Amino acid sequence: MAAVSTRRLQKELADIKNHGTPTGITLLKADDFETWYLTLEVLGESLYKGEVFALKFRFEPGYPISSPAVQFVVDDKFRAPLHPHVYSNGHICASILGTEWSPVLSVISVCITLQSMLASCKDKKRPPDNDRYVAHAPENPKKTQFVYHDDEV
Amino acid sequence: MSSDYEYSDNELYDEDEDEMMADEDDESASDMELDGFNDVPVKSKLKSYEVEHISLSQPQVEKLMKTDVDHISGIFGVDAEIASLLLRHFNWNKEKLIEKYMDNAAVVTTAAGITVPEKESSGSSSHRSSSSPSQSQTKILERITPPPAPNEPFVCPICCDDAPTATFNLICEHKFCTNCWNAYIESKIRTEAEHWITCMADGCSVVCPDSFIRTALKDDTSTWNRYQELLVRQFVSCNRNLKYCPYPSCTYTVSCPSGASKSALTTIIPIVTCGASASHKFCFGCNIDADHRPCICAVAKMWLQKCQDDSETANWIKSNTKECGKCQSTIEKNGGCNHMTCKKCKYEFCWVCMGPWSEHGTAWYSCNRYDEKASVDARDAQSQSRASLERYLHYYNRWANHEQSAKLSVEQHAKTERKMEEMQITSQLTWIEVQFMKKAVDEVFKCRMTLKWTYAMAYYLEKGNEKELFEDNQRDLERAVEELSELIESPIDPETISVLRQKVTDKAVYVQKRNEIVLEDTANGFQDGRWKWNVPVEGFD
Repeated sequence: MAAVSTRRLQKELADIKNHGTPTGITLLKADDFETWYLTLEVLGESLYKGEVFALKFRFEPGYPISSPAVQFVVDDKFRAPLHPHVYSNGHICASILGTEWSPVLSVISVCITLQSMLASCKDKKRPPDNDRYVAHAPENPKKTQFVYHDDEV
Repeated sequence: MSSDYEYSDNELYDEDEDEMMADEDDESASDMELDGFNDVPVKSKLKSYEVEHISLSQPQVEKLMKTDVDHISGIFGVDAEIASLLLRHFNWNKEKLIEKYMDNAAVVTTAAGITVPEKESSGSSSHRSSSSPSQSQTKILERITPPPAPNEPFVCPICCDDAPTATFNLICEHKFCTNCWNAYIESKIRTEAEHWITCMADGCSVVCPDSFIRTALKDDTSTWNRYQELLVRQFVSCNRNLKYCPYPSCTYTVSCPSGASKSALTTIIPIVTCGASASHKFCFGCNIDADHRPCICAVAKMWLQKCQDDSETANWIKSNTKECGKCQSTIEKNGGCNHMTCKKCKYEFCWVCMGPWSEHGTAWYSCNRYDEKASVDARDAQSQSRASLERYLHYYNRWANHEQSAKLSVEQHAKTERKMEEMQITSQLTWIEVQFMKKAVDEVFKCRMTLKWTYAMAYYLEKGNEKELFEDNQRDLERAVEELSELIESPIDPETISVLRQKVTDKAVYVQKRNEIVLEDTANGFQDGRWKWNVPVEGFD
C-alpha cells in the first residue's frame, strides 16, 4: 500500500502548490513522503497572538487509512504552545489524531483543526498530567493511548 | 416485559429444536434454557464448592445471537441484517430497543447509522416515516454502485486514484474506491478491534452492515472471521450471564447465571472451565484467571491487593523506624545508645522517649521519662504495627511457599518423567506403569493452590471456633500434601517402583479427599454464613 500514501501525499502537495495554504499555515519542508513540517500561526485576536509554531507530520505507508503522527516541534527555534491539550514535548491530545481520525482528512485539514483548537483556547496552561506524561512518553505520539479529556476544545 | 409475551415467544421456537435454548432475557437472567446443547456433559452431582456452568463455542453463541436477531427482525419486519445492527447499537438490550423503536423508528435508525439523517427535515415527514417504518426505509443499506459514468471521471478522495476499477458507497453515498474500503475495514478490524465500522467520510455516522464488510474484504476470510469473533465478544460482554474465556486466543464463552450477580459472590466462588481445555480455569465473578477457592472473590481481591501494594513496606518502616522530632526524617536505629543525633538536622533526642536530649541531664544510658503518656502511646502504636506485620508475614510466607512449591513440584515432575521414560526403555515396565506420577503431581499442584488460598482466607478470618476448625482442616491437608510431595521426590529405581506406585497412588487419593473436605467445608460455610471476617468485606455487613 506504499503506493497509496505516496500518491495521496503527491496529490496533497500538488493542491498546496496550486491553491496555496489557508492563512496562518505555511509549508516549511516536504522533501519526501515520510515527514513534513508546517508552520502554524493563529491570526486575529487570540492568546497566541504573534506566536509561530511548527508541526511535524510523520506518515506511515498505511496513510491515509492510518492517521499521521502529528506533534508540535520543540527545538531551539520552536516551542510547543501552552495549551491544556498540548504537552511540553509537543505531543497533542486531540481525538482527530486518534480514534476520530478519518481517511478523508488531510494534512491541511489537521492544521486547520489545530489552528482552531488554539484560537478557541481561553486559558494558557499545560495539561494537568504534563510532568508525568512527558517523563514516560514514547517518542512517537501515536504510541500513546490518549484518553480524550473533552471534546469542546 | 410481560411473562405472557415471553411464553409465546418460547412456543414459537419450540417447533425448531435447535433454536430452543436461546430465549434468555436480561432481567430474569437466571433461568437460561440450555437444553439445546448436547455436547455438554450433564453434571449430575455437583459438589458444594462447584458451580453449574456451560461452555459455549463461538457457533453456539452465534446461534444465540441469531435468535435475538430473528426475534427483532420478526417484530419490526426488517431484514436480519438491520435487526442485527439495531441490537448491536442497543448493546443487545431487546426491551430498550423495542421500546425506543416503537416510539420513533426514524430517530432510532438514524442514531444507529442505518438511515441517513434527513437534511432539514420538516417535522411532518419524519413523523410520517415513524408510523410506517418498514416500507419507506427498506431502501436502507444499498451499496455497490456501478463504476461512475465515463463522462464524469471519479477520483477517490482517499488514494487519489483517478481510474479506480470499482467503487463502493453506503447509503450516505460517500463514494470511495474498493481498495480503500478494503484497507480501511481491514485496519479497523485488525488493529482497532472495532466491530462498529462507520463510513470513511468525516463526521458521517452511517454504519457498514455485515454484507458490505464481507464484500469489501473480498476473499480475506481471516479478517472476516476476526470480525465475527468481535461481534460475538460484544454480545457476550453485553450479557451478564456470559463471559469470554480470558485465556489468550481462546474463543470459548462460558455461561454461568448463578455467578452473574454480585450478591451471589458472598456465598459462592464461581470457578468455571471453558470447553477448549481443562486448564482454562477462571473465576466468573472476578475474572482472575486462576482457581482462588476457597477464598471468595472479595477476600481474594483484598489479599492480592495487600500483597501487591506497599502497605506492608510502610508497615515495616513503621515498626522499625522512628521519625526525627524536628525534621521528620525516617531513622532506623541499628545499634548504639539512646542519645540520637539526626544526621540531617543535627537534632539531638532520646530514642526511647523521643524528647529532646537536653532535658535528660546526666542519665546517659537510661531514660527516666519512659513512662510518660506520649511515649507510652508511641510505644503501643509501634508494637501494634510490629505485631500486625509479623502476623501478615506469617500468612504471606506460607502463601508464597505453597506457590513456590507448586512450581517446583512441576519442575521436579518433568525431571522424574524423563527418568521414567528412560526406564521404560531399559526395563520391562510399560508406559501405563510409569504414569502414576503424573496424576500425583497434578493433585499436589491443585492442593497447593487450595492451601495457598486458605492462608489468604485465614488471614482475614475472625478468631474463634470456626477459624480453628478451618485451620484444622488446613493443617490436615497441608500435612498430607507434604507427605505426598516427599514421595514424589523419592528416588526411582525399577526394583522398588511397584511399592512406590502403591504408596503414591494411595496417598494421592487421600490428599484428594482432604482437599475436597477443605473446599466443601468452606463452601458450606459460605452458604450458611458461618464465616466471620476481622475486616469489613464487600457484601458482608
